[in-house]
Amino acid sequence: MIRVQAEPFDMGAELTRFTGSVSGAGAVVSFSGLVRDVASGDLDRMVIEHYPGMTEKALAGIADQARARWSLAGVFVLHRYGEMRPGEPIMMVATASRHRADAFAAAEFLMDYLKSRAPFWKQEITADGGQWVAAKDEDEAALKRW
Amino acid sequence: MDLRYFAWLRERIGTGHEQVETEATTVAELIDELKRRDEAYAFAFSDLTAIRAAVNQDLVELDAPITGAREVAFFPPMTGG
Repeated sequence: MIRVQAEPFDMGAELTRFTGSVSGAGAVVSFSGLVRDVASGDLDRMVIEHYPGMTEKALAGIADQARARWSLAGVFVLHRYGEMRPGEPIMMVATASRHRADAFAAAEFLMDYLKSRAPFWKQEITADGGQWVAAKDEDEAALKRW
Repeated sequence: MDLRYFAWLRERIGTGHEQVETEATTVAELIDELKRRDEAYAFAFSDLTAIRAAVNQDLVELDAPITGAREVAFFPPMTGG
């Protein structure tokens, strides 16, 4: 299941709902990304732009790849766009499988792929204005291990 | 054909959406055509290593064909997660 939304979400409630939606699983793995403050500690907010339409298509494609590679009882990807404050959750992935190895590997795969293959762009807003976050070479390199 | 721009590419070009008639057959040819328009486009597309493209909402390489495409999008490397 894929969800793209502007509203904040409750990680615990989402994980409980996801866990209740899968059957036959013996393991659930989840990862949540939070808005991290800038080094100077004066981040006012983060603004995430996305490409409506392509976003859902890309996330669904990445989730399908994960399902094809590992034996999964369920996959959940939630990603926000718009404005968010430091410490707020930006996104989460959750995977469920019979044994933990598949759920762990699939969750890492989902994170690596959605970082550089899903059309989201982060902008950090401080008192000095907005700064687009630059993509890291290691994020692209991380895809090579799969 | 609908063109979409995102993030700093949108800011440099000054719009997120426009419609164009083009003879270009690949993404790269379309970029060349846009760069010839004015300085804003030339600046936005000055470093092709920082440009990603999607045709009909699928990520493609810059040498990908665009013949018959309804929507082509340009944006910087993605920073989700």
